[in-house]
Amino acid sequence: MSEPILKVSNIETYYGPIMAIRGVSFEVAEGSIVTILGANGAGKTTVLKTVSGVMDPQKGTVVFQGREIQRMDPDKVMRLGMSHVPEGREVFPFLSVRENLRMGAYIRKDPDGVAQDLEAVFGYFPVLKERADQRAGSLSGGEQQMLSISRALMARPKMMLLDEPSLGLSPKLVKDIFDIIVRINRERGVTILLVEQNANMALNTADYGYVLEVGRIVMADTCARLREKEDIKEFYLGIKEEGARGTRRWKKKKTWR
Amino acid sequence: MNGLAVGCIYGLVALGFVLIYKATELVNFAQGDLLMLGAFIAYMAVVLWGLDYWVGLVIAVLVMAVFGALLDAVILRRVIGQPQFAVVMLTIGLGAMFRTFASVTWGSEIYTLPTPFSAKVTTLGGVTISHEYVSIIVGTMILCAVLYTFFTHTRLGVAMQAASQNQLAAYYMGIPVKLIFSLIWAISAGVAAVAGILLAPVSLIDINIGFIGLKAFAAAVLGGFGSIPGALTGGIIIGLIELYSGAWLPEGFKDVSAYVVLLLMLAVRPQGLFGALGRKKV
Ligand SMILES: Nc1ncnc2c1ncn2[C@@H]1O[C@H](COP(=O)(O)OP(=O)(O)O)[C@@H](O)[C@H]1O
Ligand SMILES: [Mg+2]
Repeated sequence: MSEPILKVSNIETYYGPIMAIRGVSFEVAEGSIVTILGANGAGKTTVLKTVSGVMDPQKGTVVFQGREIQRMDPDKVMRLGMSHVPEGREVFPFLSVRENLRMGAYIRKDPDGVAQDLEAVFGYFPVLKERADQRAGSLSGGEQQMLSISRALMARPKMMLLDEPSLGLSPKLVKDIFDIIVRINRERGVTILLVEQNANMALNTADYGYVLEVGRIVMADTCARLREKEDIKEFYLGIKEEGARGTRRWKKKKTWR
Repeated sequence: MNGLAVGCIYGLVALGFVLIYKATELVNFAQGDLLMLGAFIAYMAVVLWGLDYWVGLVIAVLVMAVFGALLDAVILRRVIGQPQFAVVMLTIGLGAMFRTFASVTWGSEIYTLPTPFSAKVTTLGGVTISHEYVSIIVGTMILCAVLYTFFTHTRLGVAMQAASQNQLAAYYMGIPVKLIFSLIWAISAGVAAVAGILLAPVSLIDINIGFIGLKAFAAAVLGGFGSIPGALTGGIIIGLIELYSGAWLPEGFKDVSAYVVLLLMLAVRPQGLFGALGRKKV
């Protein structure tokens, strides 16, 4: 097997004295979609921030395309070809949709390629073209999510980190957005690391999955097999089966959508 | 006309406050003293070294821009995240240091900067117009047009807006946020220098000229602290109110009128004239 595009080994990340990530390791194969599932507060956002350089791990390594990046600033990591679509979209509210997208291409020096990619993202999300000259802050939540994904795509990344793209969106919109995520992966060859609470959607979209619990990876398998596991069914997919009650391995309280 | 011109100066200094505040959430109380330094540098270039007025202007703006960027890179970048009062004290202290530096370097005399507009008038249909005041108004208009074009039509300018609106997202776009903030400091200090030089023909230069910053601060608050058109409008309003209260109200009202208006404004409409409803993250 070839080297994974991203290899995270034993990272520990703190908020002050609080250890949020307790020795997490995972890999993402080039060209694949990998998901990390976890309930609210499991540490999904912290993992992504550690990978993209917003936070530095106290211990452990993050290797992207053969380079150690765990101490790099986020703008540097981004220049290596990794785009982070943050939780809560984080658009530039007073810039127009088009300006937001242009900022996504800030690091690029090929105006023709940028213009092409602008058309490409308008192809994925036609509503953004209609609203191109509107302020991003005036868009709906779903439209802002589309903008946030598109803006990341404008950098022509090799890999995208997506932090709960389904958060706060209607099921129909979630489905649309996940369809586009798959297209981005297939058509543009962008490797995707997706963290989600929406296990159903994520497991149906991704190739490989990890389950994160209170800062630790507790399970890793192909998504096809994860979908069949009793614990996953019960805690993340909300399917209760007789007999599962006694074999619970994790703490009881879970949230899922 | 005079009120409008003085208001323009307040507006320019207020603009410096607002640019820095929008980017870094830091109120730079040394803004007025940057104006003072700019005026002194122009004075040195024009009077002591005998350079042309326009050359002196360019030198003063460039020197102050570099100075502003260094101020950010060396000192203020380190205090971001510290309690607001500590940062405020720091900028007030920096302002006092600049005044001390100026009084040691240039003494506490009062200087005049000769300009192409000094003491010239044009009579138009019976109305006498002084070039000094017109130069301030026209200079402000040109500067604002240049800044507006820069911020809305250049990649760097839009990136400055982006970094001011959402710092974290700007990082995610690969925008070098720290450098951008230093450049915003450079612009603010450069604008302050222009304001100092524009002001020079109508007000003599001394080390306390920077106290104009307090009125400019009132102007920035009046305009909704965070709004650039608001800063300029606030400046002009305060300039006009000062003029009229100086003319019609008893002695002494002129200097407090700006603050009276500010207090009324804060009571009636606390978010200021152009108060933005948007939020700011991180
Ligand atoms: N800014 C912060 N300061 C302190 N603790 C935090 C901060 N952000 C997150 N945490 C804690 O770190 C843990 C992981 O949070 P996070 O990565 O946001 O989880 P998730 O994205 O899976 O919901 C949580 O226990 C949370 O309370
Ligand atoms: Mg999260």
